[in-house]
Amino acid sequence: MPVKQISVFLENKSGRLLDLTRALGESEVNVRAMCVADTSDFGVVRLIVDDPDRAHDSLKGKGFTVKETTVLAVEVDDTPGGLSRVMAPLVEQEMNIEYLYCFLEKSADNAIVIIRVEEAEQAVGALKSKGFRVVPADELYTM
Amino acid sequence: MYNPEIEAMDREKLASLQLDRLRDTVKRCEENVPFYRHKLKEAGISWKDLKSIDDVAMLPFTTKDDLRENYPFGLFAVPTGEIVRIHASSGTTGTPTVVGYTTRDIDVWAELVARALVSCNADPSDIVQVAYGYGLFTGGLGLHYGVEKLGASVIPISGGNTKRQIRMMADLGTTVLCCTPSYALFMAETAQEMDVDFRQLRLKSGIFGAEPWSDNMRDKIERLLNLSAFDIYGLSEVMGPGVSIECEEKNGLHIFEDAFLAETINPATGERLQYGQQGELVFTTINKFGMPLIRYRTRDVTTLDDTQCPCGRTHVRMKRVSGRSDDMLIIRGVNVFPSQIETVLMQIEGISPHYQIIVERVGGLDMLEVEVEVSEEMFSDRIKALEELQQVITDEIESYLGIGVKVKLMEPKSIARSEGKAIRVKDNREI
Repeated sequence: MPVKQISVFLENKSGRLLDLTRALGESEVNVRAMCVADTSDFGVVRLIVDDPDRAHDSLKGKGFTVKETTVLAVEVDDTPGGLSRVMAPLVEQEMNIEYLYCFLEKSADNAIVIIRVEEAEQAVGALKSKGFRVVPADELYTM
Repeated sequence: MYNPEIEAMDREKLASLQLDRLRDTVKRCEENVPFYRHKLKEAGISWKDLKSIDDVAMLPFTTKDDLRENYPFGLFAVPTGEIVRIHASSGTTGTPTVVGYTTRDIDVWAELVARALVSCNADPSDIVQVAYGYGLFTGGLGLHYGVEKLGASVIPISGGNTKRQIRMMADLGTTVLCCTPSYALFMAETAQEMDVDFRQLRLKSGIFGAEPWSDNMRDKIERLLNLSAFDIYGLSEVMGPGVSIECEEKNGLHIFEDAFLAETINPATGERLQYGQQGELVFTTINKFGMPLIRYRTRDVTTLDDTQCPCGRTHVRMKRVSGRSDDMLIIRGVNVFPSQIETVLMQIEGISPHYQIIVERVGGLDMLEVEVEVSEEMFSDRIKALEELQQVITDEIESYLGIGVKVKLMEPKSIARSEGKAIRVKDNREI
């Protein structure tokens, strides 16, 4: 159940993040989770939104460099050690985590971890076999 | 060929024609231009001393500063009543320079451009879109008169309004496009946005000039615009576009030697160089009456080649201009031409052809920064992949130039587009 993530290339220039978020607001796209990775010159903003296709098209139309990537969303207990428990099955299978970021679920006491790995299917299998719930895309977008 | 008798003239016969015209030009300068009368007297030489075409080397140089100092009409060799056209350089650096043409000059110029058009596979049945600026700049009107002389149809659209350019191209079935190479690339980008496919258009030749470009850029233009791209060279002081032109061999630009006597010199010493040696290009106009110029220093760096060209034209060829002897950047003692950086960038996959070079002086040290746009295809959401791309570009440029550079990845379309000459270098040094 891969989740669509929207990635945007931004120059490190004042106001660019404002431009991006403003563009999303104007297109009535709601942001679920967000993560900014940056270097001294540029940054990549990764977004989970309620309507990835609309976000993609409207940002592209506004001149942003946009890419869709697939990531996994896993539910973990919002308790100490929760994140490390989810790492373990992936490490056991020698899977390389490119990046991850988390956010809290509004309606429950859980956290959601967004994970980007090369071998998505294998990762889903490994997580499910250890009893983790992989959140379906539709559920995530409307959380 | 448009004028095979001249364009394929035996070189000995050509030299004798050139000598007659050179003597006549210098005579007119002596008689009618006080600046030259004084200068030639000072050099102790007269038109009567010119016995062979190589004697041109005895004549003094003319520089852009001479043109500025004699602004506006000081170098005209005819009364202003005989001048029918005036052009001027943009004058971004200092006083503008003004040039004047007689009726005969305009006609000679038109013929040279007609020859250039034929050299680029054009004929009277063609529809030529002239997207060089019309006005004081010689590009637009220069090409325009040549197209009419040839008997082809001209669309005098001038520069700018890119969407209309593309619509015209599609609707009118333009077969030949004339503009700057950077504008051609900009058109390709705009056409993409408009969903216009160049493969559906009728373009066959593109005549591009007014700024230095590389063979890699040519490949890109030919691929994107689906045409055969030719380099045209000229400068307003000497005439305008049509001083030299590529033929189908695309191995150097034939200089119209019945109108322009070409030499290369060592820019530092003024010493005349042999064919095959790279140096600064110097022109003497030998078929111009309004404003003839003796040994005008162009500051353009090139190499002349007098070997026989398979196309049959006998006129000497110049290599594409590799840079300017005066806009050459010296970065920590290393000579850098923007065209070198362009060559490197064009060889790297995923880079758009838009770039800008920024020179800064930080704590007494010159720093070269190259801003490069990342193409949509190349964008990865992994920082590592982007950093690798940045590193590849840095390494390639450093190994080519032999100096360190800082490469900055930019968002597509963030570097200012120009609808005329591209501004490739921003030199922020205070020296």
